[in-house]
Amino acid sequence: MDLSVGMTWYLPVIWSLLLAVAIAMYVVLDGFDLGMGILFPFAKSDVEKDQMMSSVAPFWDGNETWLVLGGGGLFVAFPLAYSIVMPALYLPVIFMLLALVFRGVAFEFRHVADTSRFLWNIAFAGGSTLAAFFQGVLLGGFVQGIKVENNAFAGGPLDWATPFAFFCGFGVVAGYGLIGAVWLVMKTEGAAARHARAHAKLLLPAVLIFMGVVSLWTPIAFPRIADRWFTTPNLFYLAPIPLVTLLLAWFVWRWLNEGRENRPFFGVIGLFLLGYLGIGISIFPNLVPPSLTVWQTAAAPASQIFMLIGTVFMLPIVLGYIAFVYWLFRGKVREGEGYH
Amino acid sequence: MEFDPVFLARIQFAFTISFHVIFPGFTIGLAAYIATLEVLWIATGAERYHRIARFFTKIFAVSFAMGVVSGIVLSYQFGTNWSHFSHVVGNVIGPLIGYEVLTAFFLEATFLGIMLFGWNKVPRGLHVFACIMVAFGTTLSAFWILSANSWMQTPAGHEVINGIAHPVDWLAIIFNPSFPYRFAHMVTACYLTTAFVVLAVGARYVYQGRYGEDARTMMRMALGLIAILAPLQAYIGDSHGLNTLEHQPAKIAALEAHWENEPGEKGVPLVLFAIPNEAAERNDYQIAIPHLGSLLLTHSWDGTFPGLKEYAPNDRPPVAIPFFAFRVMVGIGVTMIAIGWFGAWLLWRRRLFETDWFLAPLQHVWPLGFIAILSGWFVTEVGRQPWVATGILRTVDAISPVSGWAVATTLALFVLVYGIVFSGGIYYINRLIARGPQDVAIDTPEEGLPSRPIASAHQATRAAINAPGE
Repeated sequence: MDLSVGMTWYLPVIWSLLLAVAIAMYVVLDGFDLGMGILFPFAKSDVEKDQMMSSVAPFWDGNETWLVLGGGGLFVAFPLAYSIVMPALYLPVIFMLLALVFRGVAFEFRHVADTSRFLWNIAFAGGSTLAAFFQGVLLGGFVQGIKVENNAFAGGPLDWATPFAFFCGFGVVAGYGLIGAVWLVMKTEGAAARHARAHAKLLLPAVLIFMGVVSLWTPIAFPRIADRWFTTPNLFYLAPIPLVTLLLAWFVWRWLNEGRENRPFFGVIGLFLLGYLGIGISIFPNLVPPSLTVWQTAAAPASQIFMLIGTVFMLPIVLGYIAFVYWLFRGKVREGEGYH
Repeated sequence: MEFDPVFLARIQFAFTISFHVIFPGFTIGLAAYIATLEVLWIATGAERYHRIARFFTKIFAVSFAMGVVSGIVLSYQFGTNWSHFSHVVGNVIGPLIGYEVLTAFFLEATFLGIMLFGWNKVPRGLHVFACIMVAFGTTLSAFWILSANSWMQTPAGHEVINGIAHPVDWLAIIFNPSFPYRFAHMVTACYLTTAFVVLAVGARYVYQGRYGEDARTMMRMALGLIAILAPLQAYIGDSHGLNTLEHQPAKIAALEAHWENEPGEKGVPLVLFAIPNEAAERNDYQIAIPHLGSLLLTHSWDGTFPGLKEYAPNDRPPVAIPFFAFRVMVGIGVTMIAIGWFGAWLLWRRRLFETDWFLAPLQHVWPLGFIAILSGWFVTEVGRQPWVATGILRTVDAISPVSGWAVATTLALFVLVYGIVFSGGIYYINRLIARGPQDVAIDTPEEGLPSRPIASAHQATRAAINAPGE
């Protein structure tokens, strides 16, 4: 095969995988700290709220950086897709960003505030919940497809606002709530951990229902997705995915009831990745469904190669020092433990 | 009512990026200052360096959070509001931003966790290392984003194929002609901005008779830095101006409000004040010094540089904003040199801490650097117009296919949310400053890593923070 043709085929595939890794990292890592924010209003006391905050305080900044890598990565590797998807999902993107602004500053303001602390509690919980909701709306808006003409978004400003997108929004709130709950099960003690475990038991069935409905809704509403899943031989290769998901969910349920502290968190990460894999299978190789593929939207090979070299060197180092900080702040946050 | 999406998108970007730059403009210098304090603490054992470092770390935490969240917004706005820009120059600008994320953002955001929460949990050496990594990360971030911005000002190392920019030579792209000057100018500006905040805080305490040696140390360190960096910044700025004259002469003509070289007139005057009249292509109420413009920009008595009339009207930048913003920036620069030198002289004569008439106004100099940074960015960004990437893409062509009302809605929300966040930030930083440096119980482990780091609570810090001000 001609080398340059090979490169123009492989590079976009490699980059779509790297982008998928970045977004998966974001969904898992910021998922648990947004989820903690979603559960924040249900904390029974200020002590419990402080404990919840402390469990993510050293990490949230780094977690959110994966969102910049996701958006930045799309810009770097697939500038055409970035230039179509962002205007198409204009309002939910900006609503999500504004919600993140609120919750991000609430971390620090809440800590310095005295009498106005309750306001930042509200900003923190509201911001976290809305950010999660609009991330789900973005997912739904992306999966359902974007109208493209002449390599540009050609739809209206509210095209994304469908029942499916809103449904995905609620699904992501439930999902982040679940991973936040099992994070707290792992990282806190006492009342906070007990409450988190109870929340996790409520949220796990809810998340499964959302996943189930989306799994049925997408093939019914979008024939391209039905073709991908329900034709042979794909059907046989892909059937294990929902089965493994159900099995893992059953394990998580058991671990929650058995009083396990760490396993539920890693089990829920597994559930997230399986759901994520399912979406990937439904979409790939499209990057702007239903019309543009990763190859059609790719940056110039010279740009993708230049960035790939940096990524191959930097990503292991980045993952290394992130792991180091998680290790440094390992262990549980006890009752009465402060922030800073 | 019809909204013009280009105008609204420009207002929105100007608003969100002006809001954002305030925070890195402060935290780049502050991270370096805190790292310096910690190194001094370890080297000398003097506890005041530790108290000052912890005090400013609290302010850093609040400022950095505002910088991070307003920065995430920007990384998406290229796509939401300027999608055609993203498509046309994405091949070149994209990787620069990608490298910023991978080399700088993760570094600063991750080590920030240790910097803020590791005081009682990690050995001093590791804490200092984390501070240095945060400072290094913020500077590296400035490196990449200023490279991207400079490429938009003075593109190099690329070729345009079918209207899309493609990279040819990455070194030429990264180190494009205006980048070294812009980078030096901005990093120096960040350090000066931080130094003026530290100076104002120190002066406030000295004037009020609080925090004795801590306050005097702040003032000494800040004044020492200002006395050296403020004049150096004037030199860097002058070099940056000469570079701009070489590569973007229309910007220079605009910021000097220089319309034409009249036949028979030798040399270009320096316009001290005027109301630029763009419709009539002249200045009203002009006060100018003959030949000084030539002297500053060509370093010769009779030298000339192009006037605005040499450019077609649709190739000219707006005049009033660069003209006035440039004068604000230079005015502040001169004031900074005066404060730095006079303060250093008082310090040398051992009279600084008794000179109340100087200390009283010094308490209020903290905004100087911020205003200078914003003015400077107004000069360079408005002066780049009508281009978003000089010679490659005009701003009017860079816009996303989004409706005016959608942009108007989000603009209103940005103003509302940023207004609340900014007021909150200023209020809480003021509170932290009013509380001042606190004595903190330290149980920093000297060696080895504790097994349950989170568990060793920061009760002391919390108590100190919750204690009412003096």
